[in-house]
Amino acid sequence: MLLSEIEPGKVVQIAGIGGQSSFRRRLMELGLVPGTRVELVRVAPLGDPVELLVRGASLSIRKAEAGVIEVEQAELVPVEKSAPKTAGLEAGLGV
Amino acid sequence: MATPTTDHAATPSGPGSEPAAATRRPLVLLVGNPNTGKTTLFNRLTGQNARIGNYPGVTVERRSGSSRLDGNRLVEVIDLPGTYSLSARSAEEQIALWAVLGQGKYERPDLCVFVADAGQLSRNLYLAVQLAELGLPLVVALNMIDEAAENPPNTAAIEQLLGVPCVALSARRGTGMSALLAAMERALEQKPKPDLQIVYPAELLADADKLALSLPAELRSTRGRDRALALWALTSIEEDDELTEIEPGLRKATLELRATSTRDLDHEVIAARYAFIDEHLPQLYRRLERHPRKRALSERADRVLLHPVWGFALFVLVMLVVFQSLFTWSDPAISLVENAFSWLRAGIEARLPASIFRDFVTQGLVSGLGNVLVFLPQILLLFFFIGLLEDSGYMARVAYLMDRIMRSLGLHGRAFVPMMSGFACAVPAILATRTMERQRDRLLTMLVIPLMTCSARLPVYTLIIGALFPPSRAFGFLPVQGLLMVGMYLFATVITLISAGVLGRTVVKGRKVPLILELPPYRLPSLRGTLKMMWERSAVFLKEAGTVILACTVALWVLLSFPRVPQRAAVGAGPVAVQMAQPAPSAPSPIAQSYGGRLGHAIEPALKPLGFDWKIGVGLIGAFAAREVFVATLGLVYGIDDSGGDAAPLRDQLRAETRPDGKPAYTPLMGLSLLVFFAVSCQCMSTLATVKRETKSYRWPAFMFAYMTGMAYLLSFGVFQIGKLLGF
Repeated sequence: MLLSEIEPGKVVQIAGIGGQSSFRRRLMELGLVPGTRVELVRVAPLGDPVELLVRGASLSIRKAEAGVIEVEQAELVPVEKSAPKTAGLEAGLGV
Repeated sequence: MATPTTDHAATPSGPGSEPAAATRRPLVLLVGNPNTGKTTLFNRLTGQNARIGNYPGVTVERRSGSSRLDGNRLVEVIDLPGTYSLSARSAEEQIALWAVLGQGKYERPDLCVFVADAGQLSRNLYLAVQLAELGLPLVVALNMIDEAAENPPNTAAIEQLLGVPCVALSARRGTGMSALLAAMERALEQKPKPDLQIVYPAELLADADKLALSLPAELRSTRGRDRALALWALTSIEEDDELTEIEPGLRKATLELRATSTRDLDHEVIAARYAFIDEHLPQLYRRLERHPRKRALSERADRVLLHPVWGFALFVLVMLVVFQSLFTWSDPAISLVENAFSWLRAGIEARLPASIFRDFVTQGLVSGLGNVLVFLPQILLLFFFIGLLEDSGYMARVAYLMDRIMRSLGLHGRAFVPMMSGFACAVPAILATRTMERQRDRLLTMLVIPLMTCSARLPVYTLIIGALFPPSRAFGFLPVQGLLMVGMYLFATVITLISAGVLGRTVVKGRKVPLILELPPYRLPSLRGTLKMMWERSAVFLKEAGTVILACTVALWVLLSFPRVPQRAAVGAGPVAVQMAQPAPSAPSPIAQSYGGRLGHAIEPALKPLGFDWKIGVGLIGAFAAREVFVATLGLVYGIDDSGGDAAPLRDQLRAETRPDGKPAYTPLMGLSLLVFFAVSCQCMSTLATVKRETKSYRWPAFMFAYMTGMAYLLSFGVFQIGKLLGF
């Protein structure tokens, strides 16, 4: 599946990145290498860009670019109890 | 990696070293990711003696200053632009590698201080690994240790991992500074040699060794460093990169390797480094989460601040405060500057006998200084807010919230604040483009900012609309004059959008780079850092743009005052004398006989199709000093003394002005044409001077003037001609 299809609040892991090589390289250098866990934190109010959480840092990229990032189910998803509270709010504004 | 034209060892005084070669101070570079408090640390180290300059060839700011270490030794410190990696695709990004290597025009550093966010080593270490691979003398400074208090990284483990000294500190609080100074002192004595073992695939190492053979001779040293440089080339050089000074042989070999390799080279390089980091990360922290959470406080704040309803409401509120203050808070200060300079002018006029010299001093020099200083209130205010927004982390959120809108202009979210500031004044707005990282984005934003309806256009609009349009109501209830004013704002905004779209696809070259925006944790902004930045920005503006503005003011004064007419007419600048000299309504005022006046006459044929006569032409020339000067210049053309600041006599004069055939000279259609011209043309030497300063070239201000004024001409032409055809 693609990162652009992930619901806010979900944690997945990177499987591979496509797209133009300079963008791809930049994202990998920011730590989005295969196997790295990524959380899609939220979508911006106007529908774009999206906020990602990677290696403890918040990065935001546009949906079009999230669409070239292949992700997979994170192995051993950590139990996260506090997430649903906001997930309800943010699910409503999906685009 | 070209062969430098001058050997850096022979010329240690590159653009980066003002101190004489005899007393050469050791050079220390601060390197690190953005948002790691690098600049705060730089300010701590250098105190009051920082200087701002530019890196050679690119408009990226270079801050340097001296710092005294423990043993009383003075070192020169340079704050490199924040970067996530040494790999580069553009000349701007290339600065990092060139500077740490001391390549080309850069002086070779004696020490690199790697500044990291102590709470975010998982990503920060990537750059540290790159620096260590190059074998550079390195000290690691774990900044913001106060924020990582409940799970601080183990400095000893980091020292072991990279083979270089590591100290923990908080530049903001000033803790750990003496440990850093001591570590720097020691490192300068006995250069620490990084030592780390990263497991790259054997094929990649073979490729790197082969590529290293194409490195220029002066860059080759140890095997490890050659490999590191080859890996840099492999992840940087591309067909369409914008790097400079790359040895053709190296470029060719790299491109060949990339083209023929069936393997994913970028991935092999980057994944191996992250595998190294991930393997050792558990030793660096007491407790390690597999998926580190966002800092809790920031996440809680973002739930509100990025909320679709509350977040937007707060955003609008913050922006209202910023821009409202640009308009209203700056007003008293601007009046104060203006009044102070009129007082100064009056004082000099009262004390000196009438002469060319006196006029030169009052109308040239004093007015010129006033023209420069009048921008200070808005510049100071805008940078005060930018400092607070940037420091607190909210500026990145502004970009995040507004990116969707700015994207449609071919820009990204960071362009929002500079563009909005354009409604107040283009000069501070252009200075504010500094908050954008990429040269292409900065340039494009700069080129369209002057199209926004700045406050200097208002007096002109007021005069034209008041003089040439009836105070009647359309459809019985809509005030025509108010409607026109709103219409002008809308018109200018649409023109700005179209221009940004067109320029971004044609003139402003450079590849479109996808947005990658970091949202740093919220932090309490530092007032001291903000004040310092306000001062630095203003000083640069006064020094560099100010001189150009002053020179232009003097030039315009010459244009509009020479040749001098005989004393009789010169004294008669007031309406009474004009009547005595010549009863005809078109009595030549001194300005009409000046070079500027003649120029107005000369360009009249070109202005005719727009509906303007030579008097408007002279007004347009005068308006180049600043748009609102149009009102005063036109007043001078009509021999109306504007000293009272009252536009009413001029308004009446414009209404009463007739053509030889007795019809009114100025019609509403001509008024509309003039409004359009003022909305679009580039009539502001201060804007051009600022663009010249920011782009370090005359090409861009020249282009800006040509494209805006050309577009204004065509649009006014269209409005007037089509209006005439329609029978207005």
